[in-house]
Amino acid sequence: MLNKTERQKEQILRSSGVNPLKCMRCGKCSGTCPSYDEMEYHPHQFVYMVETGDIETLMKSDSIYKCLSCFACVDRCPRGVEPAKLVEAVRLMAIRQKDANHLTPNDIPALLDDETPQQLLMSAMRKYSK
Amino acid sequence: MKVSYFPGCTLRTKAKDLDFYARKCAEILGVELCEIENWQCCGAAFVSAKDEVASKLSSVRALAAARDAEQPLVTVCSACHNVIKQTNHAMQTDAEFAAKANLYMSQDKEPTEAYNGETTVYHYLELLRDVVGFDKLKEAVKNPLTGKKIAAYYGCMLLRPGKVLGFDDPENPTIIENFIRALGAEPVIYSYRNECCGSYAVLEDAEAAKKKSNKVSENAADNGAEMIVTACPLCKYNLEKSGSSIPVVYFTELLATALGVKEDTDAE
Ligand code: SF4
Ligand code: SF4
Repeated sequence: MLNKTERQKEQILRSSGVNPLKCMRCGKCSGTCPSYDEMEYHPHQFVYMVETGDIETLMKSDSIYKCLSCFACVDRCPRGVEPAKLVEAVRLMAIRQKDANHLTPNDIPALLDDETPQQLLMSAMRKYSK
Repeated sequence: MKVSYFPGCTLRTKAKDLDFYARKCAEILGVELCEIENWQCCGAAFVSAKDEVASKLSSVRALAAARDAEQPLVTVCSACHNVIKQTNHAMQTDAEFAAKANLYMSQDKEPTEAYNGETTVYHYLELLRDVVGFDKLKEAVKNPLTGKKIAAYYGCMLLRPGKVLGFDDPENPTIIENFIRALGAEPVIYSYRNECCGSYAVLEDAEAAKKKSNKVSENAADNGAEMIVTACPLCKYNLEKSGSSIPVVYFTELLATALGVKEDTDAE
């Protein structure tokens, strides 16, 4: 039987399709990440923390909501690791828990201005809630 | 030529100009945009997880409708383009995902045949480059934008992931610059043209988004640009909200000005 950490890791790897063992820890993904300053854990740290099973720590960190899905780390990684897909898988594991949505429709009205495009609300809801 | 057209949620509301001029200009260039019936919002951001299926069905339905009409599928918004192309790629390359999506779709009121990625998806700019041709576009220009220095802002959604979208070289794109040249203006090359504007983070951390948008608009202005051109309503919103010193316009507005269906070139 797998323990909880092993189960989480298996789910993250299956959902993301990423193989963290391909990473050579060059840090290029984090160097190019536009959210580097806002993230507590950076893209290359997601890769090795998933590999070592330190997934709960990532799930509790705000870093999973700071990723902008810009895919810069995906296109610029010299090893084709695709760190953003791990960030996504960890975020989903967090928000799929009961009552764990990061953003709910009730939060929206206070965040609007006259120019807010629908695209912004749709993408935020898609990324921050299940 | 007739193509299936997916306008998307924002072109129906906050970005009506993007839609209106796209249709008008296509007409002039001999392409009829046939809006897909009962299209549903693409969700505006692709979720890369393989086990996220239901939220991708709106894109699969649009793709299947274009397949049934035997037409390519055209989008104007860069986010729709990104989501629909990535979904199409998943339908082509991930058999387990495609099987699940088709199982859901078989429960639709009027189910179509199983969809397996048959449709070709074009962003409107690709339609101009690959189907119409920039040389033909140049011939159709009535009011060349001579002397205008314009910065192309690609952002993320048009380019990445490069291998999946196949839109252009993600690190050294040329399509919008060539588009600008075809309209008679002068493209301004600057390093932040393919970096992120801050995207949806603006909703809960406007300061963080502003930092990123400012880098883009300042870098464009520092390189001598008079205006920035984009295909993305969220990029436009972020650049304007962060106080860009130069106007930010949709590429379809520039196109409409050059083709003589819109009067002024500057942003309203
Ligand atoms: S860029 Fe790729 S190989 Fe380098 S640290 Fe990031 S994931 Fe690892
Ligand atoms: S996709 Fe996310 S983690 Fe990767 S570079 Fe962009 S913001 Fe950073």
